[in-house]
Amino acid sequence: MNILTNPKKLRGFERYVKVDNVSRRSILKGLGLAGGFVLAAPVMSRPSLAAYQTGADKMPHGTVVDPRVFVSIAPDGMVTIIAHRAEMGTGVRTSLPMIVAEEMEADWSRVRVQQAHGDEVKFGNQDTDGSRSTRHYLMPMRQIGASARTMLEAAAAKRWGVPATEVKAVNHEVVHSASGRRIGFGDLAADAAKESVPSVEGLKLKEPKDFRYLGKGQISMVDLRDITVGAARYGADVRLPGMKYAVIARPPVTGGKVASFDGAEAMKVSGVEKVMEVKGWPWPSKFQPLGGVAVIARNTGAAIKGRDALKIVWDDGANGKYDSVTYRTQLEEAARKPGLVVRKEGDVEAALKGADKVIVGEYYLPHLAHAAMEPPAAVADVKGDKAEIWGPVQSAGGTREDVAKTLGIPEENVTVNVTLLGGGFGRKSKCDFAIEAALLSKELGAPVKVQWTREDDIRNGFLHTVSVERIEAGLDKSGKVTAWRHRSVAPSIASTFAANTVHQAPFELGMGLVDMPFEIANVQCENPAAAAHTRIGWFRSVSNIPRAFAVQSMVAELANATKRDPKDMLLELIGSPRMVKLDSVKDLWNYGEPYDSYPIDTGRLRTVVELVADKGGWGRSVPKGHGLGIAAHRSFVSYIATIVEVAVDDKGKLTVPRVDTAIDCGTYVNPERIQSQIEGAAIMGLSLAKHGSITFKDGKVQQGNFDDFPLLRIDESPLVTNVYIVPPGPDTPPSGVGEPGVPPFAPALINAIFAATGKRIRALPIGKQLEA
Amino acid sequence: MIKVKINSQEHSWDGDPDLPLLWFLRDEAGLTGTKYGCGQALCGACTVIVDKQAVRACITSVSDVVGREVTTIEGLHPTGDHAVQKAWRQLNVPQCGFCQVGQIMQAAALLMENPKPNHDQIREAMAGNICRCGCYQRIENAVHLASTGV
Repeated sequence: MNILTNPKKLRGFERYVKVDNVSRRSILKGLGLAGGFVLAAPVMSRPSLAAYQTGADKMPHGTVVDPRVFVSIAPDGMVTIIAHRAEMGTGVRTSLPMIVAEEMEADWSRVRVQQAHGDEVKFGNQDTDGSRSTRHYLMPMRQIGASARTMLEAAAAKRWGVPATEVKAVNHEVVHSASGRRIGFGDLAADAAKESVPSVEGLKLKEPKDFRYLGKGQISMVDLRDITVGAARYGADVRLPGMKYAVIARPPVTGGKVASFDGAEAMKVSGVEKVMEVKGWPWPSKFQPLGGVAVIARNTGAAIKGRDALKIVWDDGANGKYDSVTYRTQLEEAARKPGLVVRKEGDVEAALKGADKVIVGEYYLPHLAHAAMEPPAAVADVKGDKAEIWGPVQSAGGTREDVAKTLGIPEENVTVNVTLLGGGFGRKSKCDFAIEAALLSKELGAPVKVQWTREDDIRNGFLHTVSVERIEAGLDKSGKVTAWRHRSVAPSIASTFAANTVHQAPFELGMGLVDMPFEIANVQCENPAAAAHTRIGWFRSVSNIPRAFAVQSMVAELANATKRDPKDMLLELIGSPRMVKLDSVKDLWNYGEPYDSYPIDTGRLRTVVELVADKGGWGRSVPKGHGLGIAAHRSFVSYIATIVEVAVDDKGKLTVPRVDTAIDCGTYVNPERIQSQIEGAAIMGLSLAKHGSITFKDGKVQQGNFDDFPLLRIDESPLVTNVYIVPPGPDTPPSGVGEPGVPPFAPALINAIFAATGKRIRALPIGKQLEA
Repeated sequence: MIKVKINSQEHSWDGDPDLPLLWFLRDEAGLTGTKYGCGQALCGACTVIVDKQAVRACITSVSDVVGREVTTIEGLHPTGDHAVQKAWRQLNVPQCGFCQVGQIMQAAALLMENPKPNHDQIREAMAGNICRCGCYQRIENAVHLASTGV
């Protein structure tokens, strides 16, 4: 048995903010350690996929490589494989078990997937976020499968009295070809379970040429049929005997609280059973509930109607004056003054002064709401010192810890059952809604379902930050960029965990600011201060969205200023194929990955630009009113380039006839799901660019539903989205897929609009800007 | 006491007659296939078929469907093999899947009314159903596939 765990048990703020600051020194130290699975096993021939190291073991509780935890085989041969990560549409509940099945030679039609409950000591880290699942678990899952296969082969060899080297697992049975004997996995299960678990170092992994499933893309999601017949179970679909239904009126201003309330009218609503106050935590409240007044009823409809009848006086607290118009001005003013220097090469001040021409771009991106189609919902059943939770949580282990801590009971007494997630996008990494259900269940002594309405989701969530990105680029006489100053001003996610936070955390600075890969002699990145006035959280792709928007818009602005083709300008800025050195950056985040395995490789960035330009027909002639735009961005250690074709009619109506995207995500598992993630990223990118805006007035969110926070609809969606996946080299480690597709979309779109109309949009969303 | 017919089965309801059908289906009748997404007929996640029309269950009250035939995803096809469901599976349409029940019900209603919708008709009919994951291209292709035979 080889269980690799991280003794650190960091949660909340620390869990995300401090864990991932991998420095080069610590990587070197890590490589010097004996054992672990980072060393290429000598028995393996190429490809030496085990030769890479990931940040997996720096995550809370690290990884667990043990087939007895993840695999079980019934006497009838049915293989059950545990999915320990949450399914929110990426296909991970299928992909990870498929890797195990591949290595153990299981027949996929005789595999059942079982969702793990929250238990990170047993299963390893379960935070399904950061586009990490395949990146961190491809190798551990292969090792688990290979271990199971080795144990099955050993059991068969013993039964036949032949050397283990003479037998081989093939498609759900073990074969002794010399004698022609074969025996099914089901018949071997009991004996195999008695075999010792082989050491990871000695495992023989399959040759990629022998893969049946991995990298092929022919296997559909395990939940596909259930989804199409309405049997797939999401958080709100859980029903328990005697369960009560609750909705909660939460403070409209972040940090506010109930001053007084009157529930008399609510109690008169048919079906309403109780009105009660819910405990809230002072701001910054981390993942804890906001508090408010709950209405308990026999069904959700009655609870909502009852809530509408509540009379509540709120104490708004310190954020009652938050106003998006004023705040934007503050961000712009901050961006025009020097700020905390977070990267410095050469002398940018002198280079800008000596430049032949300086181009300045100031780019604004407002708050965004996740608006997953399934609003948060959770069921809790708390009895005495035991709690059981059902919910669509991205972080099953974190939910377990936070519920235990909140209720003051041991973690072992909390069971977290992970349902399917009806979209996550980072919102469901925060388990406030599960804690609410637990608090209410404890109080009522009955199982309770808490349902967030869409208005709750839009108004009381953890929003994407709001930002001004200001870039000044200096050009010499020949049109070469010699100076690049980028100031990024935005309230930090860290503000949700620590009061008085005004600077962004390394993981935010590392998303497209300090890791900017261009070959420019004088570079300076600054982070002026910005205080938060609402809960800021991770939103799919996070800070990469505003950064790619700014940087990739600026590339096209520079191309325009120097009368060059935007793709040529982009390639010139990316420069020579090399591993970017960022010696001036303290705490380079690199998505929590060791730099040696996942360097910033401009060769790979160039490749996706050239691939998409070739396949996407960059430079092709387009009809009048159409335009092409290009953008490229490295995020979640993957490389993506996108070309968008737009059409803008004479009334300013925008349509998108075609999108082409090239992605290099290293070694991959399921190309069909990569394609679907990239198709979806184009829709989300177009949605936020066209419509996305959450604004505040008097401390309150001004939007509430899909009428005033519109999401992209099918009649606005691109007509064609083509996806090109770069074939991995034999040793290329896997990298992210779920998030990297979003960031380059908005700038490619905005650059295409410029090509079509000559209008440069620097503030999102586009809204009515084209109609003027 | 109100009596309503859902998937050919009669259900009685003695509570608030104005209760949205959505919550009656999900919380009282236990038919959780129909989803809540917005409560204001803005997203289509709760789409069911009443008689032969797609309606949003979140703004339809239980009393509105008295004397009518309500079909939910659970009753769309006895084995879950309606042409739309099969097309959805063949093209691997869903990502998270949450909105897909509403999409499928909307598409099934469209095909009842117009067995061979063209590109624009598909986009128009499906424009009331939001998919945050962004499966629109596959949704359109799947409706087309269902209309031409799976």
